[in-house]
Amino acid sequence: MGSLLKNRGWVIGALAVAILFPFVLPNAYFLHILTLAFIWMIAVYGLNLLAGYTGYLSLAHAGFFAIGAYALGLLTVKTEINYWLALVLACLITSAIGAVVGLVALRTREHFFAIYTLCVGYIIYLVIDKWDGLTGGVRGLIGIPVPSNIGPLSFETPLSQYYLVLFFLIFTVLVMYRIVHSLTGRTFIAIRNSEDLAQTIGISTMKNKLLVFVLSTFFAGLAGALYASFIRFIGPDIGYITIIFDLLTYLLVGGIGTLAGPIVGTFLIVAVSQSLQFLQDYRMLIFGPLLTLLIIFYPRGIVGAYYDWRMKHTAKKVKRTRKEQRYFESETVDAEKKVKEG
Amino acid sequence: MLIETKKLTKRFGGNVAVNEVDFTIEEGKINAIIGPNGAGKSTFFNLLSGSYTPSAGQVIYKGKDITKLSPDRIAKLGVARTFQTTNLFEQSTVLDNVIVGHRLRTKSNLWDAVLRTKRFAKEEKKCREKAMEVLDFVDLTHVMNQQAGSITQEEKKRVAFALALATDPEVVFLDEPTAGINPGETEGLADLMEKMVKRKITVCLIEHKMKMIMKLADKIMVLNYGEKIAEGTSEQIMNDPAVIEAYLGGDASA
Repeated sequence: MGSLLKNRGWVIGALAVAILFPFVLPNAYFLHILTLAFIWMIAVYGLNLLAGYTGYLSLAHAGFFAIGAYALGLLTVKTEINYWLALVLACLITSAIGAVVGLVALRTREHFFAIYTLCVGYIIYLVIDKWDGLTGGVRGLIGIPVPSNIGPLSFETPLSQYYLVLFFLIFTVLVMYRIVHSLTGRTFIAIRNSEDLAQTIGISTMKNKLLVFVLSTFFAGLAGALYASFIRFIGPDIGYITIIFDLLTYLLVGGIGTLAGPIVGTFLIVAVSQSLQFLQDYRMLIFGPLLTLLIIFYPRGIVGAYYDWRMKHTAKKVKRTRKEQRYFESETVDAEKKVKEG
Repeated sequence: MLIETKKLTKRFGGNVAVNEVDFTIEEGKINAIIGPNGAGKSTFFNLLSGSYTPSAGQVIYKGKDITKLSPDRIAKLGVARTFQTTNLFEQSTVLDNVIVGHRLRTKSNLWDAVLRTKRFAKEEKKCREKAMEVLDFVDLTHVMNQQAGSITQEEKKRVAFALALATDPEVVFLDEPTAGINPGETEGLADLMEKMVKRKITVCLIEHKMKMIMKLADKIMVLNYGEKIAEGTSEQIMNDPAVIEAYLGGDASA
């Protein structure tokens, strides 16, 4: 609760900027980039809950993102069911596959888990790429419809899509906030600290790890589904390895295991890489060293560094007031002594 | 008799770490396990708390066979433990670190967290109160809101005690609770163990500090090369030829 109040200014500010942005800067290109960034943020939040709060770095998330996207695409294009039903189903399908993968993957730990999930992610990509009959293979899937109307609300324009994605992003952040600030979230963090210790204080680690894994794939699937209906064309490359490393970069720069990290990291990297477009792939020459330095000096990213700074700041303040108090107390003792003596 | 082991054995390949150990932990007392390095003390602890599955033998807790239960199930039955090294989340406060200790006595799940139900509010409060209570018990109220990374080694040990106590245990296993802290602080922790026993919590510990153990423990078991070589009160242990040999080496007559 305390952290919410302390951060209230930031939250309201960010929200106001996000809502007012299209009016202040009515630019179709910026709107497109921002909407995409919001979609990535949702996926990064899913990754953050698993990698940041529970300590399991999954590299299969681009795969789950693609599963969400293809599930929505196929359901709306081939079976032509209602968009919203398809959206819900896409998330559920992704979570179900996530549960099956999680049951096996979570038997491994640390780098073995990362390598295993990396392979799973690649297999998902291969299946999408090679299963021509279902996914259309390298030709991809075209003609994915925009979200259907809800009463008077239509999602034909980029502006309305922007707000729709923003809505889902806010929903994601709210759910994440509530999970992290609860006994359930504390349970996840306990697993990250030490699985052995978590077990001895009565936490069923497998059950909780599976829950996080499924949750994180749910959000990857949601992001994928929104991506499909926003771009309206998907190809197998959305499940490719490079996507997961993009997501991971966003998370690491912003701050792994922090609530604001996914937003800060994604926004920053997307903004910088857009403004450095003229450098083409040479951008990586700048990103690579910067990322390395950041991880060495600020392992918890920009947001983590900010928290550390604030923590030190308050600790100093506490020390100072304590010192003053002690000084004051000794003064009064002296004064009392003098009174007694005199 | 709260816990009883019957011919408890653990083999790692051809290596027998714990060999047919029969031991009883007396209720409401301080039980201690001592022995030279590599004697199998920690392995024995891991067998009791379910971290390892025994190769043979049984662990009976309050008349119930818990040999094959997972550590979290055993913890729910009222068996808590600490580790030699204390793994705290250094970036959050001491209080935050301890709150999760009472998690096993709550039922709220993901939905309660997301929907912020009544049960959620009630159990959050319950866990917070429990954490404050145990932090008060171990005398750490003054550092409650400090970052766990900024407190002293001795205070970290106390936090580990508090975390174990937050699970509402009937018996607490302490793995070298006073390793790496100075004599004055060791005494403080010994007092804390006695305070726990007064609260009807049975204590079982592994220790290296002989002086302290001989004074503190009601009952001692000595392990050497995975086998029990002696069991009894501190006086019996001190005069036991097998123990003297294990600690001083060579012939008992030497």
